[in-house]
Amino acid sequence: MRRLLGRLGFALLVALILFYTLFPFYWAVVSSLKSGADLFLVEAWPRAPAWGNYVAVFQEQPFGRNILNSIFVAGVVVLVSLTLAASAAFALARVSFRGRGFLLGTLLCVSMFPQVAVLSGLFELIRALGLYNNLLGLALSYLIFTLPFTIWVLTAFLRELPLELEEAAAMDGATPFVTLTRIFLPLMAPAMVTTGLLAFIAAWNEFLFALTLTLTNEMRTVPVAIAMITGASRYELPWGLIMAASVIVTVPLVLLVLVFQRRLVAGLTAGAVKG
Amino acid sequence: MVTPRTAWLFLAPALLVLALVAGWPLGRTIFFSLTDARLDALEEWRFLGLTNYAFLLTDPDWWGAVQVTLVFAVVSVSIETVLGLVIALTLNARMRGRGVVRAAMLVPWAIPTVVSAQMWAWMLHDQHGVVNAALLGIGAIAQPLAWTAEPGLALAAVIAVDVWKSTPFMALLTLAALQLVPNELYEAAKVDGLGPVGTFFRITLPLIWPALLVAILFRTLDALRVFDLMYVLTGNSRATASMSVHARQLLVDFQDVGYGSAAATMVALVVALVAVALVTLGRLRLSPAGRA
Repeated sequence: MRRLLGRLGFALLVALILFYTLFPFYWAVVSSLKSGADLFLVEAWPRAPAWGNYVAVFQEQPFGRNILNSIFVAGVVVLVSLTLAASAAFALARVSFRGRGFLLGTLLCVSMFPQVAVLSGLFELIRALGLYNNLLGLALSYLIFTLPFTIWVLTAFLRELPLELEEAAAMDGATPFVTLTRIFLPLMAPAMVTTGLLAFIAAWNEFLFALTLTLTNEMRTVPVAIAMITGASRYELPWGLIMAASVIVTVPLVLLVLVFQRRLVAGLTAGAVKG
Repeated sequence: MVTPRTAWLFLAPALLVLALVAGWPLGRTIFFSLTDARLDALEEWRFLGLTNYAFLLTDPDWWGAVQVTLVFAVVSVSIETVLGLVIALTLNARMRGRGVVRAAMLVPWAIPTVVSAQMWAWMLHDQHGVVNAALLGIGAIAQPLAWTAEPGLALAAVIAVDVWKSTPFMALLTLAALQLVPNELYEAAKVDGLGPVGTFFRITLPLIWPALLVAILFRTLDALRVFDLMYVLTGNSRATASMSVHARQLLVDFQDVGYGSAAATMVALVVALVAVALVTLGRLRLSPAGRA
């Protein structure tokens, strides 16, 4: 009897955790399927589910363009970060040289840095480079936070690999560049997928720089677009539209998380978790 | 073998990019903080010395923002740590469908803060929100509350949304640490007649403490620079303006680059001080230690 009660309590706890985590998404879906005054009724499922909001968000807003912007920026950020980070991590993990510890410490500091502290200098730089209101300017600025942690996580991964790898490569007379590209890069593939995903999510979600360094609707990324959706009246926000847009950008992330959850968790815990 | 000289060559591209997009802008921000530059005319500045900082230290709005940020960071990280621990202990038990629950927990962490802020803004809506409807339904409140507009409630609402979004992160990091505790230790504890509470405080907690501290450090530094959540949920409202919100408002909305840069530099200073304090107090050693 006590065991049964224990199991029941446990199941209840799990159900509670799931409800707490998922209810906001459920409510966003429900609200996004309502139109007109139905939105203001609190009911578990819309009586007349309608796709109107999903159509409107693409017609009344340049939301399709915003999604493409986000994909482009995040894609460029991932490619550049991984390329630069693989090279840097190779040096940091496989060679011992003076200043290595200091460099790793500095990288960790940069990744924890408040973004607002570089905002005015970055604004000036981006304008000087002619990249204001330009997606490449955003991608460049995102390297501030993606590069340090991709280097850090890849370094952690590369340190685990056996020393014999370089020795064998050196015996064969391979140059450092060949050692990196032919031997380490293939071995790094799983770690690259994980860090690439984390960098993609970080770039996809970024708000402060995207808000400050873009000007027009057409150049906005998804988070800024969702924050800025306004309706006909200044006083009543089009909540149905906002919820539809929120659901649209959440679905791909849910799929990503379902497919890669093990890797994401491993990536999150890599690097700094050992105290 | 790779020589140190070659190592620097491999490092050079990443370091150059970081110097360009992080080092240089930071230096310029600190420089601007000593001037009276304005956003529409960055080239026309006069050198002011530390005047901006002197003003900042007597500016009640700035201290209000510091207070909001500290309260937000301490309260939300505390709740997230405890709640994360409870969830991690639950998920650490052998059960069917653990993968599904873990995946569900990753979702709030993965979505943009802007999206979570908007979803909650709608749920907390004063007239049509589901939270008010539920609380009215069970009789917990007599009339609808303006969660995000009422100054006394707004910070609590912001913290609640942050707890929802960030607890999964804490729970997953804690769970990873829990799974490293060897099973033999639990068996030994059982043999010695240690109850579940004793086992937790004498075995589990000491062993996961270092990992927990690192997670707390990261969450705290993250909370101290919070921007998106307040900006979307409550706008520039004084009751919830964090240091970052305040600094950006000075910089962009008021176009006051000199004064705003001083505020932004102070944000960095506060974050650095807290980081040093936490690392020293917790005696943390941070190094890329491989996949834990």
